[in-house]
Amino acid sequence: MSDIKKFMYLNRRAPYGTIYAWESLEVVLIGAAFDQEVSLMFTDDGVYQLIKGSDTSESDMKNFMPTYRTLGDYGCRHMYVDKASLEARGLTQDDLIEVAWEDFETEEEVDNIVEVVDAEQVATLLAESEVVFSF
Amino acid sequence: MPIEVNGKSLETDEEGYLANINEWEPGVAEVMAKEDELDLTDEHWDIINFLREYYEEYQIAPAVRVLTKAVGKKLGKDKGNSKYLYGLFPYGPGKQACRYAGLPKPTGCV
Amino acid sequence: MADLHTVNKSPFDKNSLEQAIRFSTAGSAILLIEDGVYGATKGTVAEDMVKGAMGDKKVFALKSDLMARAIKEDRVIDGVEIVDYAGFVDLVEANDKVQAWL
Repeated sequence: MSDIKKFMYLNRRAPYGTIYAWESLEVVLIGAAFDQEVSLMFTDDGVYQLIKGSDTSESDMKNFMPTYRTLGDYGCRHMYVDKASLEARGLTQDDLIEVAWEDFETEEEVDNIVEVVDAEQVATLLAESEVVFSF
Repeated sequence: MPIEVNGKSLETDEEGYLANINEWEPGVAEVMAKEDELDLTDEHWDIINFLREYYEEYQIAPAVRVLTKAVGKKLGKDKGNSKYLYGLFPYGPGKQACRYAGLPKPTGCV
Repeated sequence: MADLHTVNKSPFDKNSLEQAIRFSTAGSAILLIEDGVYGATKGTVAEDMVKGAMGDKKVFALKSDLMARAIKEDRVIDGVEIVDYAGFVDLVEANDKVQAWL
């Protein structure tokens, strides 16, 4: 198919304080049906969306952070995280969830598609995308 | 409209999905299947249990595409296709099986 | 005269925490809630600012919001007191009024 486009979802907000993170996640889940080349970029407070160990049992909120781990099954091929945003928040890749990806036809597997990238790579990846959705 | 399961009245939404997933018990699937005039077999239960495990882990009901692929991986390639799944759940494996499993309607399902 | 100042925005997104610290008097209580709890974590660019505030003010963070955001207790800055909803109510009662920094 020649009409496959490179989609990038740019996530810059923390998961619960505003609706942006959940909206973005829903669009990615629904958009998976359209067979595009989908990548996600997490910068600024958006990196908090991928922190492991969330527990909403004492909050009146649905915990949607486990849902990010199934994005590989929804055709998401890359999840990039801005290194400087992590460092400013005292975080490292060890604090982040791991997301597996598998091509069910070819059985090609990737253990973890979450990748920490530097500012130059962020810029290049955004520039190379044909469509960027901002959240 | 609420459904009656083992003497308890459980709230559902306008499309028949359980309002509170924590109220689910196997009897929910039995009652819903009876209304649809469907006999639940072990094969049905494999899918219902699979959906419940999937929800437990990821907190969403999977899209049909994802369900099909994941079932193939977990339960064998002969079961990971829409023909098999629609054979079990004629109203659609996403909608019908998720409803029996007490899950919300799959995201992106209309 | 002491007030309770609540901050519900991330210090990396809005300057609400910075303003709450700047514009609160000595002896005030600053309670971090919702996305404000990110300001309670160790090793961030906001840590020095929070530690500075603790010289003459008390800083609190709401437990349920820390939990939802996967911030474990050992990641909370030493001296920041973790409170539950009952502790929130106690803080409201113990202070003259509540001032929200949105």
